[in-house]
Amino acid sequence: MSHDSGSTGHPIDPITLAVIQSSLQQVCDEMDLSFSRAAFSPIIAEANDRSDGIYSADNGELIAQGALGLPVFVGTMQFSTRVLIEMIAAGDVASPEPGDIYIVNDPYLGGTHLMDVRFALPFYHNDEIFCWLSNTGHWPDIGGTVPGGFSANATAVEQEGLRLPPVKLFKRGVMDKEIYAIICSNIRVAEQRIGDVKAQSAALLVGQERLNRLIEKYGANTLKTAIAELKKRAARQMRQRLSDIDDGMYTGTALIDSDGVVNEPLTIQVNMKKTGSELHIDFNGSSPPCAGPMNSVLATTQSSVYLAMRHIFPDVPINAGAFDPLHITDPDDTFLYARYPRPVSGCAAEVSQRIAEAVFAALVPALPDRVPAAPAGTSGNFALGGYDPLKGSSYVMYQLSGGGYGGNHDHDGLTNGCSTIGISKTPPIEVMEQYFPVLYREYALREGSGGAGEHRGGFGIRYSIELRRGEATASFVMDHGRVGPQGVLGGADGEPNVVTVWRDGEPYTPPHFSKEQGIQIKAGDRVEVSTPGGGGFGDPAKRAKSAIENDLQKGYYTNEQITRDYP
Amino acid sequence: MNNTTSRQPDSGRQIIAGVDVGGTFTDLLIFDSSGSIVFGKTPTTVDNQAFGVMQALTNSAVSIDSINTIVHGTTTTTNAVLERKLARTGMITTRGFRDIIELGRRTRPQPYGMHGQFHPIIPRELRIEVSERIDASGEVLTDLDEQQLREGVTTLLDMGCESLVIHFLHAYANPLHERRAAEIAATLWPNRYITTGHSLLSEYREYERGVTACVNASVQPILDNYIDRLQQELKKSGYRDELLVMNGNGGMVSAAMVARESAKTVMSGPASGVMAAAYTAKRAGIKDIITYDMGGTSSDVALILDAIPSVSHELEIEYAMPIHVPMVDVRTIGSGGGSIASINDAGLLQVGPDSAGATPGPICYGRGGTEPTISDANLILGRLNDKALFSVDNTVSVNDIKKAIDVKIATPLDLSIDNAAGAILTIANNKMAGAVRMVSISRGHDPRDFALFAFGGAGPLHAVAIARELGIPKVLVPARPGITNALGCVVADVRHDFVNTINRPLDTLSDELITKTLDTQCIRGEQLVKEESIPIDNIQFVHSADMQFIGQTHLLSVPIEARTISCDALQKLFEQVYLKRFHVELKEIRANLVNLNTTVIGNRKALDLSQLIDPAGRRATLSEAQVATRPVWFDGNWCDTPIYQRDLLPIDALITGPAIVEQTDTTIVIEPACTASGDTDGNLIIEIQ
Repeated sequence: MSHDSGSTGHPIDPITLAVIQSSLQQVCDEMDLSFSRAAFSPIIAEANDRSDGIYSADNGELIAQGALGLPVFVGTMQFSTRVLIEMIAAGDVASPEPGDIYIVNDPYLGGTHLMDVRFALPFYHNDEIFCWLSNTGHWPDIGGTVPGGFSANATAVEQEGLRLPPVKLFKRGVMDKEIYAIICSNIRVAEQRIGDVKAQSAALLVGQERLNRLIEKYGANTLKTAIAELKKRAARQMRQRLSDIDDGMYTGTALIDSDGVVNEPLTIQVNMKKTGSELHIDFNGSSPPCAGPMNSVLATTQSSVYLAMRHIFPDVPINAGAFDPLHITDPDDTFLYARYPRPVSGCAAEVSQRIAEAVFAALVPALPDRVPAAPAGTSGNFALGGYDPLKGSSYVMYQLSGGGYGGNHDHDGLTNGCSTIGISKTPPIEVMEQYFPVLYREYALREGSGGAGEHRGGFGIRYSIELRRGEATASFVMDHGRVGPQGVLGGADGEPNVVTVWRDGEPYTPPHFSKEQGIQIKAGDRVEVSTPGGGGFGDPAKRAKSAIENDLQKGYYTNEQITRDYP
Repeated sequence: MNNTTSRQPDSGRQIIAGVDVGGTFTDLLIFDSSGSIVFGKTPTTVDNQAFGVMQALTNSAVSIDSINTIVHGTTTTTNAVLERKLARTGMITTRGFRDIIELGRRTRPQPYGMHGQFHPIIPRELRIEVSERIDASGEVLTDLDEQQLREGVTTLLDMGCESLVIHFLHAYANPLHERRAAEIAATLWPNRYITTGHSLLSEYREYERGVTACVNASVQPILDNYIDRLQQELKKSGYRDELLVMNGNGGMVSAAMVARESAKTVMSGPASGVMAAAYTAKRAGIKDIITYDMGGTSSDVALILDAIPSVSHELEIEYAMPIHVPMVDVRTIGSGGGSIASINDAGLLQVGPDSAGATPGPICYGRGGTEPTISDANLILGRLNDKALFSVDNTVSVNDIKKAIDVKIATPLDLSIDNAAGAILTIANNKMAGAVRMVSISRGHDPRDFALFAFGGAGPLHAVAIARELGIPKVLVPARPGITNALGCVVADVRHDFVNTINRPLDTLSDELITKTLDTQCIRGEQLVKEESIPIDNIQFVHSADMQFIGQTHLLSVPIEARTISCDALQKLFEQVYLKRFHVELKEIRANLVNLNTTVIGNRKALDLSQLIDPAGRRATLSEAQVATRPVWFDGNWCDTPIYQRDLLPIDALITGPAIVEQTDTTIVIEPACTASGDTDGNLIIEIQ
């Protein structure tokens, strides 16, 4: 049965509207799920480093996005879809036909880093493009100097890997084997990629099938009307939330340890001007473009703001309307608007979290009951590459880690929480030791790391990994080594990240604190990492006595620390 | 009570009682092999479930000393975990790793919102480290320091611990140190509440295995005391045999053995319902079903393939609380009869996530609820009988409910009250259908290939609408949807599950290793089944392998027919299953054998379900079973709808919708153009149009 209201613009009944909203959401959630379930790579299958959504045919703006997607991708694909539509219109990219799927990973064309590969499928209804379906998956390798792509000190994007402009990987439903061969010749472990490519394209086809059923049920015009109405309502919802903030200027700052090349901190300065129900955001005062890979492309910078706002208002549905009242001025001439050939591999995993931190810092005074103190906010990426003489094979091991969350209005921060932009779990020690020639000597709660406050920060972790056989090189792309996550409203900062490499019993600390590439180690050497604790929230003097006693009893702090921090 | 029906001398007659404790009611079902079936329902006694259990038994017409077997489903351990009313438990770990159960796997409760809290199940001050280390291959790197261990155990005793966990890294690969430590601890510990990590599951992943062991230890004394007291009560009343208890794997174990692996009972409640569903549907000739058990605050969904409920050993009872023992894979979705309808600030109607729960409950319960819920909408629209539903005090009228819907939903949306109530159901059904679809898709199945098995108090009210939304062609409503869990207790088999982690590339393994591992699992299982006092018909062994391509982390379960399977044959089987599941052929990539699993099932004698609805009470024709006609809201209109009494329906009833079928434990809605037909077990099978 069709509920088609006949023509676009005709008012839609509120029930159909609510049902269509949840149905569009389900289409996206189902794409997310299909992608993960069928993907070959653990980074997609288990870490859910992917996202799926529906985008407008006119300008690529976001219609709906899967709730199970990695948070960093909030809104990103609307930028890449818009660029694709513009390039098609300009004749720079071949025109779409039914069954086509474009592939693109160019960071400067509305992307993140090169490892995030986007697919886009034109969804046709009656021979016209009704909307675009697009998804992003983090490929485990995309070529470049470092396996996995997280270089700590690249100085040009070419060092970071293969860059693809939008091209059709599937033409009228058939994969172009020549393009695929070019891709495979430029990436590592290419033989496994076919599993991910099929999963990524299949997810779009699942979306296509479900969307077709929605159109059958409600009619294309009703659907179009509903989409427009839902956008309006999300905008209204976001405006209502913003209206709760007093008019005025709110500013926040976050520091990045260094760009990995020049040993100086980078500043993110976010200035938010709230008037009425609009929020104007600029990054004036942020550092200029940097030499190393900590530049951010525009799409990632904007998405990081969206991501932070979604952490603050998780109940506002994600569509373009929710972003309407957020007016972000292009941060020209800063490292937050990188242009070719600036290296950008750190933007999705690290810079995005620092931007979110700056937004949190700005808005805590405005929304103290919603916004927490700074979380550890780094992906804690430690890579170890080497050759295992016992197994006779090379390996690359990643140890990601969490840290403490900031205290918040209601309670203490979470211990060992996931990065601000992620939702993925870390692998068990028992799995790591089985696959790689390492032995964990310790994997413990990092005592004393949470910043003091009425509600203290959560704790980071401390781990120590010993190489058992052969030689290897250790690389680190982390952050918050120079200063800890900031405390707010009188709370103290959390402890900063600390990396120590023990070689022949001698400690070595990277000069850039949290970033370095290619540190040689041999059997018996150890890598020790202490991840940041969260910032404290509120005046420590207001902390409940029972909570302080509990901290002592559990050994979270020493007597000396308690006496010092809670006078 | 009297003792007139004492146990019959003829050994052929068997009386089996199933008693299931739910959140509100304790349900009883007694099967007499001579033909009769007895039901009972008493309020659950929350503080000590045993009172309710005894009450249910004594209220029934059957005397306890005539019962041969009592099978009990209890939520004692579930409640203990969810409410954190646990035994004081200490933990001994490998040096450097006592925080494993506090750190978890680096997560947060919700994808968005940097809030949330987590409290480890054993507090930090009760976790003590000792020197010892074994590596991934099982090799001892550091010997167990027995002196440290003794000191640690003594300290925990001094701190008042009643139960003890010993959890060492890689104990699944080599349990030597855990065993030795348990041996030493046993000489110091005043009771037998000592859990070693490897004994519950021999599976890698230190966090999940550790938490599972901690849950086990923390509920062990509680379950043990509870079962002990209940046994004594039953004995006093003349029950002679051993009490049997339901496990989360859908099987039963004897009371003597249940506490040792008490973690297995934590999620046993929903499991018995699914077992009953599988049993019932199989007899009806339907083998692939999705179960839909809708209650007051939430709904449980499970998949049954080829009459076998899917089992998972990766379930979480709440955020970051994994219990990794094989359990029937039941997923909970957050909608129930008490889900509240409201208008959000985008001006859209939403149902849930807030729920009125049992107190105050929906407005129609008359317990002070003021927010309109799914149940209230059902009542307004004639789907529920307004005379049958009200609680005793009868303080609420239909008008009160209408008023609430008017003020909170209808007026803001500019709808009539009827349309507003209809909208609540539309939104709720759409949402529930979406959740069911996600459960199905997440397991790799298209819901359209299944029948929907509806039970619980509210399941049959919504099943047809949900099935229609999902494209499911058929709904099965069993004879007694409200006591499905109790039926599960009665029909359950004896089950023991074994998991051994291999986690090595298949082409590096010998055929013998596979056979030997499976053989050992079978022998252990057979032994356990024999140790139980439960009479069984035959023993069945079901094998499977958890496999993946090297480089992947997610597992695929590959069924194995024979223990003598070769590595080559297993590789081929895996490729087939992979292709079927993902439609991707990946021949060039090597396979990894992660786990070998065996389920040992002691099958019990089959039961006849045809007496669940007393045949003597049935009427000859449909019209004689009709008790009323009332207007019911379907698709935006009121239709005069016949109301039938379930117990009166002719055995081969054929009903064309619209129709409502009422029975004491549920109400079934048959939407227009759908047809329902009865079968010999008293099921109604509804074909969706």
